[in-house]
Amino acid sequence: MRIAGKGLIDRSKPVNFKFDGKTYQGFKGDTVASALLANGVKLVGRSFKYHRPRGVLTAGSEEPNAMIEVVGTSNQTPNVRATVQEIFEGLNTRSQNRWPSLRFDVMAVNDMVSPFLSAGFYYKTFMWPRAFWEAIYEPIIRRAAGLGSLSGKHDEGHYEKAFAFCDLLVIGSGPAGLMAALEAARAGVDVILCEEDRLLGGRLLSDDAHLDGKPAAEWVAAVEAELRACPNVRIMPRTTVTGAYDGGQYSAVERVGLHKGPRPDLPRECFWRITAARTVLAAGALERSIAFPMNDRPGIMLASAVQSYLNKFGVVPGKRVTLFANNDGARAVARQLMAAGVSVAAILDSRSDASAVEDCPVYLGAQVTDTKGRLGLRAISGTHVGGEFALETDLLAVSGGWNPTLHITCHLNGRPRWEASLAAFVPLADAVPNLTAAGACNGAFDTLTCLTEGAAAARAALAALGVAAANAALPTAEGMPYVIAPLWQVAGKGRAWLDFANDVTTKDVKLAAQEGYSSVEHMKRYTTQGMAPDQGKNSNVGALAVLADTTGRGIPETGTTTFRPPFIPTSIAVMGAGGRGAGFAPQRFLTSDQASRDRGAPMIEAGLWYRPSYFPKPGETTWLESCNREIGYVRGAVGVCDVSTLGKIDIQGKDAGRFLDLVYTSMFSTLAVGRVRYGLMLRADGYVLDDGTTARLGENHYLMTTTTAAAGLVMRHLDFVHQSECADWDVRFISVTESWAQFAVAGPQARALLNGYLDQPLGDFPFMAAGTVSVGGVAARLFRISFSGEEGYEIAVPTRYGEALFRDLVARAETMGGGPYGMEALNVLRIEKGLITHAEIDGRVTAFDIGAAKMVSAKKDCIGKLASTRPGLHGPERAQMVGLKPLSAQKITSGAHLFIPGADLSRVNSQGHISSVGYSPMFDRDLGLGFLVNGRARHGETVRVIDRLRDIDVLAEVCDPVFHDKDGEKLRA
Amino acid sequence: MPELIAKTALAGKKLVVAGTTLAEIDHGAVRSIAPYPGQELAVGQALLPLGFGFPAVNSFAEKDGALIAWAGREQAFLIGADCPDLGGLAAVTDQSGGWVSLSLQGPLAVEALARYVPMDMRLAAFPVGAAARTPLYHMSMVLMRVAEDGFRLMLFRSMARTAWHEIEVALKTLAARAA
Repeated sequence: MRIAGKGLIDRSKPVNFKFDGKTYQGFKGDTVASALLANGVKLVGRSFKYHRPRGVLTAGSEEPNAMIEVVGTSNQTPNVRATVQEIFEGLNTRSQNRWPSLRFDVMAVNDMVSPFLSAGFYYKTFMWPRAFWEAIYEPIIRRAAGLGSLSGKHDEGHYEKAFAFCDLLVIGSGPAGLMAALEAARAGVDVILCEEDRLLGGRLLSDDAHLDGKPAAEWVAAVEAELRACPNVRIMPRTTVTGAYDGGQYSAVERVGLHKGPRPDLPRECFWRITAARTVLAAGALERSIAFPMNDRPGIMLASAVQSYLNKFGVVPGKRVTLFANNDGARAVARQLMAAGVSVAAILDSRSDASAVEDCPVYLGAQVTDTKGRLGLRAISGTHVGGEFALETDLLAVSGGWNPTLHITCHLNGRPRWEASLAAFVPLADAVPNLTAAGACNGAFDTLTCLTEGAAAARAALAALGVAAANAALPTAEGMPYVIAPLWQVAGKGRAWLDFANDVTTKDVKLAAQEGYSSVEHMKRYTTQGMAPDQGKNSNVGALAVLADTTGRGIPETGTTTFRPPFIPTSIAVMGAGGRGAGFAPQRFLTSDQASRDRGAPMIEAGLWYRPSYFPKPGETTWLESCNREIGYVRGAVGVCDVSTLGKIDIQGKDAGRFLDLVYTSMFSTLAVGRVRYGLMLRADGYVLDDGTTARLGENHYLMTTTTAAAGLVMRHLDFVHQSECADWDVRFISVTESWAQFAVAGPQARALLNGYLDQPLGDFPFMAAGTVSVGGVAARLFRISFSGEEGYEIAVPTRYGEALFRDLVARAETMGGGPYGMEALNVLRIEKGLITHAEIDGRVTAFDIGAAKMVSAKKDCIGKLASTRPGLHGPERAQMVGLKPLSAQKITSGAHLFIPGADLSRVNSQGHISSVGYSPMFDRDLGLGFLVNGRARHGETVRVIDRLRDIDVLAEVCDPVFHDKDGEKLRA
Repeated sequence: MPELIAKTALAGKKLVVAGTTLAEIDHGAVRSIAPYPGQELAVGQALLPLGFGFPAVNSFAEKDGALIAWAGREQAFLIGADCPDLGGLAAVTDQSGGWVSLSLQGPLAVEALARYVPMDMRLAAFPVGAAARTPLYHMSMVLMRVAEDGFRLMLFRSMARTAWHEIEVALKTLAARAA
């Protein structure tokens, strides 16, 4: 029911939303919880294990009961706290973990058998037979016990990530946070103020406190107005700081569009990474319940929540309210309720020495021992100093005291300290470097101390930043002491819940201790206490108090479990914002990309690059037909292929040759200008890192090429070698991969094509020559190198001419019976020629293994040379590169293993594997490259090719890896 | 004789979102200049006729349409000017086609970059005239602040479409937030 004149909602703006198919009306500013309570809906969920009917317990993000699904057009979000979700027109929500309906849930049968379902039940019961666990027990249990459900579809919602920096981060905008922000704002430093709620003010708004003799909301509004006018202040409402990390970094989640519904380009949430020089944690405190029998009924709420609903939303979810508390705080709630015209049945104060003077009955030394009302509270009964009591009541407001919200101070391994006078843990100073806790999260439970601590924390931060403080005046405020007598549990017949979200009772904790799980970390895992979405915010302290009681240890000795980020349940989608689908990595496109796509070429990913797989022609029905035709271009006429993806590194300086000698196995300082040499690069451990060709363009100028896959790796390697081995050498290098578009022109007609195309025909340009040519007046680089075994050239032009050159070359090749070729054809061509890629040099392979031991120059040292001579890295026991030719025209596969015919097909008998396979039209069969133990000495042998994943069992001949033009006559033609 | 048509990465694309403009700049010639050990002063002297020297770390300078930006350890990019002869003083390479240059100017510029750039871009930390090698989301970038609300970005040419897409998303997101 709504109370006239109360609340910070906009009563001129009614909002309709749905819960479980029924439309309800609330007001702008309502949460789902406040609007449902205003509509008299008390039952909002079912509990995790026993499917107990549950209602709203809190008014904040720590809510353990009122978890709902929000159903959007493209999203379905489970476990949304109804206490956080603001309503908007068209919002569609439903309850979860119930079937067929919330009021009638057949799984509530679990509740009847609850004596059997105590902690450890599953562990004990479903032990046997072992195989049944995964197949039968677990699926059934998972279906019966649970939270919300997912749609099973990709979350295609828009999420955002962002970075922010500030001098002072203030977490929370209650009295402490606002005072800290104000102090820092006036001093002129950059302030970020994060507030989880939509409104600034924190408990000031819920408590209905007075500052400077006026309602606190007026002071909050004045401070907010001043902060908003400061260009150095950024106010971030609806933003929860979720974690503290090294270097003053904090994660925060902002609800951007969750309260507005879907709008184009509006993100649902934003994941912030905030870096702060100093931080004031002013996160407040969370009220805790008392574990009395049957304390989980809808209609039993925390007193602070009742107060929030009254003062923030103008809602009192009951007609006859009772308060049950072990501290003074609940008295203010009772008085405010009565002032608002609500009937208060009684105050049940567990302390026998507390004041009995109120405008309603007060029972001292009181304890609630039973409650009634399955779908909503009807009555309670219990004992007090004068005997027993029984009360008709539909709303029981409970306060077991307050726990400082110190979670973030524990994120860097800090542990809190038990403060007996508060019956609560408080944070240690400096638990997070440069973070100061102030106000209620630091154990200050009255408004005046909160204001004072907030201002002091800001001034300390300003001093550390070397900035003069403005010394903002504090408003006058109440400084009521916090008086509490701990009451953790009430004995009685019924179950007493600690963790509402995971259905953990005091009995479960006692059982855990009885069975030996008496460490708090063990108890947590045995009972699942604190493992629900609220992460024990409502139950940790209560549970460990019960554990301490059971084991006879004190609370400080028992200790707490570890608080870890995130502070609130955080969607994975927001943490991965922007990374779904193509957003996962940048896409790199060639200059020829459009030209290739115009020809219908399917693209394959090569690292981040997109390269044409093959170029289909009309009438071709399989990729293999296209591939075979393209191979024919290169072997018979001329083919054109974009090879710009290969890494290109420009190396200059007097010591450039010396540097190359150091990183390559062979000698490059002796390479003649205008010549190209093939090079092999080793890692420091002696294995092959990469291979490629390097051209000498001038006396002190080289151009290195790398494989596409290892371009970045090689650049990093060169940088490392330079900085660690020879920083003083006269050598400089930079990637020019993107600066040149480079195309292979290969085949017997390659030279004819170039001669007809270049501004001057080629003169003497032998195999492994490099030089400068001119194309349409554009200076180009030409290299006579080949990755196909045919006469081959690679021509490079500045990238901006790449597309034009590709289209021209292809058009010319087509007039000569050739055309473009893609990755499939390129792969077959290089296998036929026995040329390696990273399929061969996979990181486990030495120069010896690929038959390149002679390339490791004896005349000089190089990175990895010494390591490559270690025992075991060369010799007959090594798997060495060989060619593999099936005896008949049968399919072989890369990844297949090699066995001696007749040998048992077991792992230890594997003689090696196949690394690359392509169908060779020249040989009319698959050809493979692979690695076989002592392979070079076994040419002519027959091995058995086994691929059990693809049912391959084929005999193949071991041969030289070079199948085509062994003597290189075509290359040099 | 063939005639090769030059194309920039994004063919001069331009986008305006809520008063903020994202546009490709045709940067003309880009030369990397990497002074050999001990030659930085001499290189600076050789550059002086252009109106600037070799840039200090994390800075750039502009004069009459020519620009020189720090682009990494012992390395600068000379943009939009002919490079004087630095033979023996520095390694010079042509980087013109390897990059796409973008201009991002307007009220949303800083916040749009804050979606992807993990760097403090408050004016005190990254003032006008500052340059940095920093990521734009997953991409490496040379970032220059040309005005309080104006930036010049250089990214690998091959990634131009991704970079454009990311910034466009950020701008539209910010506009939707403000709506």
